[in-house]
Amino acid sequence: MDQQAIFLTFRLAALTTLILLAISVPLGYWLAFGKARWKPLVEAAVALPLVLPPTVLGFYLLVLMAPRTAIGRAVSVLLGHPLAFSFAGLLAGSVIFSLPFAVQPVTSGFRSVDREILEAAELLSPRPGKILTRVLLPLVRPGLLTAAVLAFTHTVGEFGVVLMIGGNIPGVTRTLSISIYDQVQDFAYAQANHTALLLLGFSFLALLIIYRNRGNASV
Amino acid sequence: MNEAGSSTAREYMRVAIEHTLGDLSLRVSFALSAPWTVLFGPSGAGKTSILRILGGLIRPVSGRVALDGRTLLDTATWVPPAERAIGFVTQRPTLFPHMDVAANVGFGLSGLSRLLTRERVAQMLQLFHAEHLSTRMPAALSGGEKQRVALARALAPEPRMLLLDEPFTGMDADLKVSILEQLTAWLAERKVPALYVSHDVAEAFQTAADVIVIDRGQIEAHGPAQLVLASRREQLLRQLGVG
Repeated sequence: MDQQAIFLTFRLAALTTLILLAISVPLGYWLAFGKARWKPLVEAAVALPLVLPPTVLGFYLLVLMAPRTAIGRAVSVLLGHPLAFSFAGLLAGSVIFSLPFAVQPVTSGFRSVDREILEAAELLSPRPGKILTRVLLPLVRPGLLTAAVLAFTHTVGEFGVVLMIGGNIPGVTRTLSISIYDQVQDFAYAQANHTALLLLGFSFLALLIIYRNRGNASV
Repeated sequence: MNEAGSSTAREYMRVAIEHTLGDLSLRVSFALSAPWTVLFGPSGAGKTSILRILGGLIRPVSGRVALDGRTLLDTATWVPPAERAIGFVTQRPTLFPHMDVAANVGFGLSGLSRLLTRERVAQMLQLFHAEHLSTRMPAALSGGEKQRVALARALAPEPRMLLLDEPFTGMDADLKVSILEQLTAWLAERKVPALYVSHDVAEAFQTAADVIVIDRGQIEAHGPAQLVLASRREQLLRQLGVG
């Protein structure tokens, strides 16, 4: 089995999940409770990766990251290398690609909080930070866990976006799904089977965690 | 109740609000000078909306609200709910489901040491005969127990006014009387006024120094309970559907 690809994939998934959780809490809160008229625009943009072919998303990200664009140039100066075909580029692509998988469960979690419970907290504490950490986040915990598991597993299984943005550089951008593709191309079916089994078992375990958590939350 | 019912000339709160909620056009103006005032009227008259506006949960279209001379709301001022020093207990108890009873009651306390917080929580639970519930989770409480904990939680930060939106609905009659006595004594001792929404005429007589009768967003009468309720008995019974 490609140890390098395993390590790279799980590192990518862990970092993507952390970044997405940090984004999902404020964004999910705003989507759940915000009253801006242009909220549907943001909701549609966040959900776009759900319906867009990964190659389309990857293509536009690749174009955006190219050194010819202002963003591409700025990031190149900041990182010291172009974003495309690098781990940082892969990470940026993964965050965008898995965004709805993290934001939607967190938003649903915030929306399911009883409005009167939130009002009770607002009547008792003037500190929004206390209300968020002691009332809202504990109530949204099942949504946060679902978001973390989905973001992680979705990143582990990425193929199209990874191939478009990262290419296939061993130790830098070659993830497990690319590794399976390579193994099949090389007719190394036994190796491909081992890697595929690893992903299958991992994905099943992740879904089991979500469904067990959902069962406990509804008790 | 008599102790709490002995009206003084002190003005606790002055209210003038205009607001529209669906079909209801709310336009009320009153001053609270009794320690207990019952807000009385049929469903949909605007009673809960008034309480929610006073608590800061609804921003009215226009108006002015002052508590003990401090402006909470006018064209230039908006004091957020938790900074109004107003306790609010709703008809449906809204305890934090993931916190035990003690944590619920202590949630609104800040700036106190752990020891003082524990003591205050214990005092409040004792006041509402709920000290034995302190380690229980809300899901394990009956409706009446939840409501007593909600009352303890609202009073723990020592508010300067208490808003009660039919908090005794469904509570055992003897327990209700006992809790009302404890509550009125506690409020009277600290000179904290209460504005209390009720449908229950007997309860209004039992607790009220003053009654405000409201219908379709307008105040129809405001004065001592004996006078207002006696003179409008027939009309009130009709409005409440018992006549």
